[in-house]
Amino acid sequence: MNWNFIKSRMLMRMAILAVCAVFLGASYAAAQWQPRKPVEFVVMAGKGGGAGKLSRLFQAIIQKNNFSNQPFTPVYKSGGSGAEALVYMRQKRRDSHTILLTLNSFFTTPLRQKNLGIDIETFSPIARMALDTFILWVNTDTTIMNLNDWVAAVKAKGKSWNMAGTGKFQEDQLLTNILEATFDLKMTYTPYKGGGTVAKNLAGNHTNSTVNNPAEQDSWHKAGKTRPLVAFTPERLGMYPDVPTFKELGYDGMTYYMQRSIIGPPQMPQEAVDYYIGVFRKVHESAQWIAHAKKKSLFRDFITGQELKSYFLSERDKHRVLLAKINK
Amino acid sequence: METFWHLMDGFVTSFELINLFMIVLGVVAGLFVGAMPGLGSVNGVAILLPITFIVPPTSAIIFLGALYYGAMYGGAISSIMLGIPGASTAVATTFDGRPMALKGQADTALIAAATASFFGGTVSIILFTLFAPPLADFALSFGPPEEFALMLMAFATFVGLGGDSILKTLFCISFGLVLSAVGLDILSGEPRLVFGNPSYLAGLITGDKYYLAEFTIGFMRKISFLVLAIGIYGIGEMLWTIETTKGGITFSQANVTLRGIIRTIGALRKNIPMMTFGSLLGFFVGILPAAGATPGSLMAYGMAKSFSRNPQAFGTGIVDGVVAPESANNAASTGSMLPMLTLGIPGSPTTAILLGGMIAWGLTPGPTLFSEVETQEFVWGLIASLYVANTAALVFNLAFIPIFVMVLKMPFTILAPVIFLLCVVGGYVPNLNMHDVWLMLIFGLGGYILRKLAYPMAPIVLAIVLGPLAEESLRQSLSISQGEIWIFFMMEKPLPDQFFTEPRIALLFVIMSVALFSFPLVKMVLNARKQRQS
Amino acid sequence: MRKAELYVSLVLALFSVYLMFKSAELPIGWLPGEGPGGGAFPFWLSLVMFVSSALIFIRALFGASAESRSTEKFMDSESKRLFMLVLLSLTALIGGIHVVGFYISIPLFMVFYIRFLGNHTWQISLSIGIVSPLLIFSLFEKVLIKLLPKGFTEPLFYVFFS
Repeated sequence: MNWNFIKSRMLMRMAILAVCAVFLGASYAAAQWQPRKPVEFVVMAGKGGGAGKLSRLFQAIIQKNNFSNQPFTPVYKSGGSGAEALVYMRQKRRDSHTILLTLNSFFTTPLRQKNLGIDIETFSPIARMALDTFILWVNTDTTIMNLNDWVAAVKAKGKSWNMAGTGKFQEDQLLTNILEATFDLKMTYTPYKGGGTVAKNLAGNHTNSTVNNPAEQDSWHKAGKTRPLVAFTPERLGMYPDVPTFKELGYDGMTYYMQRSIIGPPQMPQEAVDYYIGVFRKVHESAQWIAHAKKKSLFRDFITGQELKSYFLSERDKHRVLLAKINK
Repeated sequence: METFWHLMDGFVTSFELINLFMIVLGVVAGLFVGAMPGLGSVNGVAILLPITFIVPPTSAIIFLGALYYGAMYGGAISSIMLGIPGASTAVATTFDGRPMALKGQADTALIAAATASFFGGTVSIILFTLFAPPLADFALSFGPPEEFALMLMAFATFVGLGGDSILKTLFCISFGLVLSAVGLDILSGEPRLVFGNPSYLAGLITGDKYYLAEFTIGFMRKISFLVLAIGIYGIGEMLWTIETTKGGITFSQANVTLRGIIRTIGALRKNIPMMTFGSLLGFFVGILPAAGATPGSLMAYGMAKSFSRNPQAFGTGIVDGVVAPESANNAASTGSMLPMLTLGIPGSPTTAILLGGMIAWGLTPGPTLFSEVETQEFVWGLIASLYVANTAALVFNLAFIPIFVMVLKMPFTILAPVIFLLCVVGGYVPNLNMHDVWLMLIFGLGGYILRKLAYPMAPIVLAIVLGPLAEESLRQSLSISQGEIWIFFMMEKPLPDQFFTEPRIALLFVIMSVALFSFPLVKMVLNARKQRQS
Repeated sequence: MRKAELYVSLVLALFSVYLMFKSAELPIGWLPGEGPGGGAFPFWLSLVMFVSSALIFIRALFGASAESRSTEKFMDSESKRLFMLVLLSLTALIGGIHVVGFYISIPLFMVFYIRFLGNHTWQISLSIGIVSPLLIFSLFEKVLIKLLPKGFTEPLFYVFFS
């Protein structure tokens, strides 16, 4: 008898909710599509890294300016270099309330872990927000002032020259590999957990050089501990006007970025894709984002739709070649 | 002088409205958690950590720091009133606190315990403030070899000084370390120990059996320390307490008045030497990696007894027997934060969980906390808050003794499901994953069974937090030296005709670890010789 | 207690061997110029686990440890009953979350535990059973915006977010 009491109460509650839901659903269908619950903003990296910080920045900009009727809530799925996030997104097929903030492991992880069966072509591209930049750094205790000094120093030390970077088979190692190939060098690459740790180890003289993002090395650079040598960008960075680029030194192919873009799960409804493109276009134009990008030496480079898709595919091909070189 | 200004900045942070609120909330929660039999600081911190994601990291750590303190105070309440230690840190308080209560001096014992806690807390927080910045400065020059040597020392302390069976301790440390290796190996970029072969994954996911896929992919993410800690200290501890508190409990009555408080505190003057001794001992035991407040208070009691002029009086209900462990456990809880914040090595199971929490908040524990502008607010806000929390805990403890005594009468059959519920939500929320919740249940059950057989739990939690740091620093060091071990002893590779170059700080830690590891061996040999002689 | 000590150490020893095999999927030796391989750390530690659990087993056989000499029961029948009830209700709670979501699973668990294991009144059981999911919803979903799984009840919650 008592059980009936609970059951009827539960049923009644559910009935009321169901009626409300139907009513609300009907009223929304007429208007432009909008999310009906908080949006899961998945990040394919940990909370403390650059992508994690970026996701919270986007969340704050969207919330503060009311760019969306629902909050965006970051969810960090860093397992297996982002494999966890990609598998999760694939499970969310046709879902309209889950989006993913990607970085370059979006290309490398499916290539490295083929058994995941992830094809990045199936995801719904939304928008590319930024390109993060890389610089070659050394400690200020050394007498290395430019690229030529650096190449000479590495040649002199050979394998005992140590290069620290984030993770194995990821951006930093790809860059190290490009450097080795271009200048015919041999050095030892040591993986660390995050860019911050890498930066600290260079400042403490526990490694010889790094290819950190400007944001990661900035505080050590200001403290006079580390020195930028060359940037992996086509133009000089606003924050480091005295640092030359590889391009102007005559190494044309040595441009490499970390991309930060937003994608949806496979077969995300077009109306939802359009909605999120709209939200992130507003973020792209917001004053906070412009100021942040300037401070952290990010290129704000907004592309969407088919253009973004073909960018993804060309980057995947590029990374396939780079990874093949490491495996040799 | 710089320390002083940083501390002042810290006080500004701790007096922000939200942080002040966090201190009060933390102290009250800590008093409650400490007073409830079966729940101590470690359980409180493990279960409530996921909920602190609600506030910014600085406020969260302030809350947890205050909770840690409050629990040290609260533990004494049930030790004295029920004769059951409210937390393992208050075990030593029962030795004399309970006899005092049975003699009708419960109020004196409670006030003495609170005052001694305040004394111990104050002494150690001052020592902490003085020691932390130079230690952090010193540790700033540490590279992977030093980090590894420090980790080695932490594990050696467990084996060398742990009171439990050495084999079981060794098993638990190794088990924790192996658990920490599950997931993607950072150095080789390959997944390890992911149960369920990843190559079956694709087939599993494309079907609708995605719960199974979630199972495998869940291990790719590594096993979160929180899942283990909540399992062991939430679910496991509850199972343990359900079983041990089946019998009845007798309450003592206490009548605490303002006049009584003033009179008792006045009379405590003659116990100041004992409190000072307890505070200093507690602080230094707390600093030792992996020791913490429980051994601190037990050692303080034991040593107070053996140095006393009339050791027979201990155990019959004397004030000295209450103030020694109570000042020591508060001092040790502060002491154990020193290596956590400056070196990134926790001094106790509770600080091991705090350390894991800091990593989850995106902070890097260790010396850079003190040197980087963004994190200085965090670290000094916490230090200043400990001063405030210590005072708040004293006031709340004395003012609300009757309420806490009432709380002790709360039926366990209501508290237990609430705790279970918090565990399930707490296991889910950090990674938003059901995989973690199942894993937590398994750890809870396994932990309960192992604990019944006297396997120590603290080393497992410590090892899963320190494991990745230990392994990475070991392999990074060897990668730098290209696979040669000179890097743990000296700065430069010795030339062929050289035996030794400039020594490294790591060498000192390595020597100390070897000494600690061999400690149980020496003890065994000595015991055997003694037996043969007798 | 003696039996439990023997069985548990045996199971742990077997588990350690399994972990050793799993770890050996990656190189466990010393890679020249690099140090230990990816599987080395878990492999050698699993070996330590195996050796220590085997020694615990042997010591227990000879009655050298306190637990192996104890004649006390590992769990008496009353503890066993309680243990199984708690375990089953927790399993049902977590399993239920997958299907019916937090907000049905939780009240059922709370009411069951407080009413039937705790023998409290229906009033107490139901009020806690109703208040706890409400508190959790407002704290986690509204303030923290951490969405909890809702199983098939998902669409019913849209109304609370608009």
